[in-house]
Amino acid sequence: MHLKNLKLLQFKNYAKAEFQFSPEINCLVGKNGSGKTNILDAIHYLCLTKSAINGADSLAVQHGFDFFTLMGDFEREGKSLEVRCVVESGKKKQLLQNGKAIDKMSEHVGLLPIVLIAPDDTRLISEGSEDRRRFFDSMLCQLDRQYMDQLVRYQHFLKQRNALIKLFADKGKWQEELMEPYNRELIQGSKVLAAKRQAFVDEYSPLLVDYYSFISDAQEPVSISYETQCLEEDFDTAFRAAASKDFVLKRSTMGIHKDDFVFQIGGYPIKKFGSQGQQKSFVIGLKLAQFQVFHAHLQVKPLLLLDDIFDKLDDGRISQLMKLVADHAFGQLFITDARPERSKEILKGINAECVFFELRS
Amino acid sequence: MNFPSKLIEEAVNEISRLPGIGKKTALRLALHLLKQKETVTEELSSALLALRKDIRYCTTCHNVADSGDTCSICLSVRRDKQIICVVEDIPDVLAIENTGQYQGLYHVLGGVISPIQGIGPDELKIESLIQRCAGSGVQEVILALPATMEGDTTSFFISRKLKELNIKVSSIARGIPIGGELEYTDEVTLGRSILTRVNYSSE
Ligand SMILES: Nc1ncnc2c1ncn2[C@@H]1O[C@H](COP(=O)(O)OP(=O)(O)OP(=O)(O)O)[C@@H](O)[C@H]1O
Ligand SMILES: [Mg+2]
Ligand SMILES: [Zn+2]
Repeated sequence: MHLKNLKLLQFKNYAKAEFQFSPEINCLVGKNGSGKTNILDAIHYLCLTKSAINGADSLAVQHGFDFFTLMGDFEREGKSLEVRCVVESGKKKQLLQNGKAIDKMSEHVGLLPIVLIAPDDTRLISEGSEDRRRFFDSMLCQLDRQYMDQLVRYQHFLKQRNALIKLFADKGKWQEELMEPYNRELIQGSKVLAAKRQAFVDEYSPLLVDYYSFISDAQEPVSISYETQCLEEDFDTAFRAAASKDFVLKRSTMGIHKDDFVFQIGGYPIKKFGSQGQQKSFVIGLKLAQFQVFHAHLQVKPLLLLDDIFDKLDDGRISQLMKLVADHAFGQLFITDARPERSKEILKGINAECVFFELRS
Repeated sequence: MNFPSKLIEEAVNEISRLPGIGKKTALRLALHLLKQKETVTEELSSALLALRKDIRYCTTCHNVADSGDTCSICLSVRRDKQIICVVEDIPDVLAIENTGQYQGLYHVLGGVISPIQGIGPDELKIESLIQRCAGSGVQEVILALPATMEGDTTSFFISRKLKELNIKVSSIARGIPIGGELEYTDEVTLGRSILTRVNYSSE
């Protein structure tokens, strides 16, 4: 699978631009602020219908305009697929496959898998559980359409339940019978989604262990443990028993939106006990394991986007990563670097087509 | 958009507040009225004024009523007073009437439960439905609410409320459109129509 060309209109710093990509290695070089990461984000949009960086679509529209359009020609298993994404202020986001509008985003997500390795990936370790849930949810959504549909439904009912709790709090009265339809949905949804999360972590963990030791050349044991209350026998009762706590805190305190994925090294949380180098290796391990699990399930190699990694990684880790590139472990690759000479040097010995794009703002 | 006259601009602003009508269409409609005789506009505006001023709602089912407190459906002697069909809004009554398949009465809720939008049971005609059903004679309630998350929640809530009254509660079937091919039906609809399949052997 690869992206043949990309057209951007009024997207971030690009008023109008077009790129023809190599199916192998594409290197986007240019000064800070020249729009390298923006190209990666445009690709992210076409594959996953949203930005990798910023939640709000309106932020990606070029200042002074009210819409952007992205268009990409992909080749997937020998067939071509034209994807167009249009975001216009005040309107519903549009996604078209070969000119045909897609109404449910879950029909698109997963078709064009993508893995992004970015400088701020260590957030996955340092930040709160929300970042980790988003990371695992994003993988599960790309692999399992039913997971995505179920998750969208869960989030909608969670919003409704939280709004209802606020209404109850304003009135000073809890109405169990009105709460019940939401309880049922969230309990049922939590059980289904938690079971899928658990099964995924069981499959994903061993891959992480392998890539961690490959990248870091070290032997400390690493692991991921999935922490949830939703798979416990008495979850139904516990969910309902939390009602008084929910009422006081004015939000739902039980369900898969409270889960965490705890990353460990030598049996202890890596957030507290891992060195900076161990943490960097760990997040690259997470992303390479993601690549592997996508490849295995979807039967295509995901696009791999490497944002600024030559700047952020030390030579040892770069050379391990380049071994994988040289072995053709990956498919199409996009690399950004503010220093072209460095990229040229690193990629010099690799036997693959490598095209450089010089960006200037 | 720039307008040649203040009068046209004001008319366009008002007309374009209607659902589904943009500024362009509104301008076309305004210019169209200007080309017609003045009486055309007079008749239109008096019909709209009368609509707004004289409209009555049925105190029983909350459908529109031409005059008095009761709508023509509730008044009709030919309707089956033992069945009530619960709908979200007035257009749904028209849609079901047009099928010619239903002879019972209606109950218009005026919306569905959605706490995000501040709509709870008290904002809807749910209590009045319970009252109606608690009164004598009602045997069955058919829930004909939209197949959305909010529609389903509302149906669930109402069916729980009616449970104590010992009335048969059913919901309209959701499934494959007539003339529809299975392979082109989306998975959710198809899955649901399998779960709610019709048992031929019991008929
Ligand atoms: N909505 C927008 N409209 C116009 N320009 C924008 C918009 N959003 C971002 N930009 C511009 O895009 C540029 C940043 O681009 P990008 O992040 O791709 O840079 P980069 O080449 O990756 O830089 P670095 O090497 O520092 O990572 C900034 O100059 C910013 O002003
Ligand atoms: Mg950048
Ligand atoms: Zn009536």
